[in-house]
Amino acid sequence: MPDQESEETLSPEHSSASTSAQQPDLADVVIEVDDVNFSYVKGTDVLRDITMNIKRGEVTALIGPSGCGKSTLLRCLNRMNDLIPTAAITKGEIRILDTNVYDPKVDPIELRKHVGMVFQKYNPFPKSIYENVAFGLRIQGIKKKSVLDEAVERSLKSAGLWNEVKDRLDTSGLGLSGGQQQRLCIARTIAVEPKIVLMDEPCSALDPISTTIIEELITQLKEEFTIVIVTHNMQQATRVSDKTAYFYLGELIEMDDTIRIFNSPSRKETEDYISGRFG
Amino acid sequence: MEVSTQDPPLDASAETMENPLYKKHTAVKRRDATISVLLGVATYAILACAAFIFLDIMRKGAPVVFESSFPFVNTEFFTQSPESLITFEIEDGSYFEMGSSEFYEWKRENPETRIVEEHAHPYSGGGILGPLVGTALLTGICIVVALFIGLATAIFLNEYSSKGKFMDMLRLAIMNLAGVPSIVFGLFGLGLFCLVAPVITDVPQERALFTIPIFFTDSYLSFEGWGTCMLAGGFTLAVMILPVIIAACEESLKAIPMGFREASLALGATKWQSISKSVLPYAFPGMLTASILGITRVAGETAPIMFTAALAHKDKLPWQDIPVNKNANFLAQSGEWTSGFVSQSVQAMPYHIYTVAARIPQNEWTRPMQYGSVFVFMVVVMLFAALSIFLRTRYRKKMKW
Ligand SMILES: Nc1ncnc2c1ncn2[C@@H]1O[C@H](COP(=O)(O)OP(=O)(O)OP(=O)(O)O)[C@@H](O)[C@H]1O
Ligand SMILES: [Mg+2]
Repeated sequence: MPDQESEETLSPEHSSASTSAQQPDLADVVIEVDDVNFSYVKGTDVLRDITMNIKRGEVTALIGPSGCGKSTLLRCLNRMNDLIPTAAITKGEIRILDTNVYDPKVDPIELRKHVGMVFQKYNPFPKSIYENVAFGLRIQGIKKKSVLDEAVERSLKSAGLWNEVKDRLDTSGLGLSGGQQQRLCIARTIAVEPKIVLMDEPCSALDPISTTIIEELITQLKEEFTIVIVTHNMQQATRVSDKTAYFYLGELIEMDDTIRIFNSPSRKETEDYISGRFG
Repeated sequence: MEVSTQDPPLDASAETMENPLYKKHTAVKRRDATISVLLGVATYAILACAAFIFLDIMRKGAPVVFESSFPFVNTEFFTQSPESLITFEIEDGSYFEMGSSEFYEWKRENPETRIVEEHAHPYSGGGILGPLVGTALLTGICIVVALFIGLATAIFLNEYSSKGKFMDMLRLAIMNLAGVPSIVFGLFGLGLFCLVAPVITDVPQERALFTIPIFFTDSYLSFEGWGTCMLAGGFTLAVMILPVIIAACEESLKAIPMGFREASLALGATKWQSISKSVLPYAFPGMLTASILGITRVAGETAPIMFTAALAHKDKLPWQDIPVNKNANFLAQSGEWTSGFVSQSVQAMPYHIYTVAARIPQNEWTRPMQYGSVFVFMVVVMLFAALSIFLRTRYRKKMKW
């Protein structure tokens, strides 16, 4: 959708990262979903003809009624769907950093180091806070204490959790509040320095205050990471995202600047959904 | 539940008919009361049986094990192996009763004393050290083997295998093992472990199923079996509790939230990293508890070890007098010692109890050994069961994700 890029300036709240994307520069596109069909079970496509580009440093929100395939698309991006034996992309290509991620040469394990994921239900390991954050580095074989210490501190600071937990890094991660646990999961994800962070309804299990904190965190994180977030909360989408994609029954109905989607969507279905008449 | 509460005075019925909230004595209600009484009777009957067995064994067994004077425990019962009990009378009319080893010593010291009447009661003297040690060794080998194979199978079934008809059938087959009678396992163990399991040897036996020469050495891999020994017994018991262990391990693995696996995979962990770092450590306590419960089941089995490992009588403890080539280097010596150690037959508690209860003439002299053995064995097994329950409740409390 090249015509959308010229209209970037219409959005007043855009950060420097997205204003720099005014030129239709393909190098800025980190995720290209190209005419993708996906099915869990052979013969029934859950996603159909999805085409979308996601640019570096932007927050993209995926919205749509329950069961429309938002999580499915997200999990295609880091190949988490590989865990389901029969699941497969049946058409099209997903390119991340100019590499077809379903190319047989691509190792999903390496891919996931570049495309991190935060889950709906916060799921820290029953380990210490420190070990939770260091987990990703440890499985990469990093043992040096100084490197781990530095990474843990940096990640916890980026996740806005450092001040709250710096005195009890060796207590269990399960002892934190829900919001803190989710931020711990974010810290754990960004500790391995991915390029892209996928978030599947990261706030749906949290209270409003924790939600606000995480939303602020997301706006800070987009300086460093490209973020794709699934949300059911329209306000959240308007608050945190630069682009919004509306899905309905496995199809991408419309994707545009968030401000346009919510103020003047070009499709009637989108309008119906965001104004609450449906979904 | 009490039937007596159900029969109020008859004249009350006139009033109660009017108030819909009052008790009514319909046939349905009566059936209800009868059924609850029947259910209760069945339950308390079991309790009564259990209490009778337990108390009877305790009443007759505890005096064998405990003493009224310091150290309050019959130490000989735990430090000696079973031997014959000799009862005899000498010419001056005094009467003696002692274990056979003590008896021969006594005879050597008093060569001139004439014994008038002498009776030997096999297996009724000494203590139960040999059978206790043997059972510990058998269950030890069993649990190591069963945990190793069971854990591997459970991980494969739960984490690696794809769901499908074949896997369901495999699982069903494993679970069906639990229904095989234990005597069949005993014969199976005899056939497989005692007679055809592979050994490395320089001189293969004639009866070996087949032999494979090992390159660059003089040795052969000979499928001649391990003979009747604790290794064969331990393996047989292991095969027997595999279904229990596999089910328990799978249960523990299933209890670990999917989120842990997904989270570590999403951080770039390989499948095995994810399992070993963020599933197994949390599943392990549960597996261990279940395995301890498995021990208690397997420790009491007689049939599987009858043909494969157990001896009624053995003079030496398993670690005594194992032949080793003293000139070889340390590694070779310890290897030789270990293989010598595991290829002995052992005494075992259930088999010992079977022997003293059913294979020797019964009289009042055999009774202390019978009840003492049963009492000790029961207490040991119950302690293990209690330990497992204790660990499980403790672990359940800690498991709060
Ligand atoms: N593991 C699976 N196997 C088969 N079908 C699945 C599986 N997971 C999801 N689906 C189906 O795929 C479709 C899309 O599901 P998905 O989870 O992507 O929806 P969603 O948009 O994330 O919904 P929600 O907002 O409720 O999370 C649904 O119809 C669902 O039933
Ligand atoms: Mg979802």
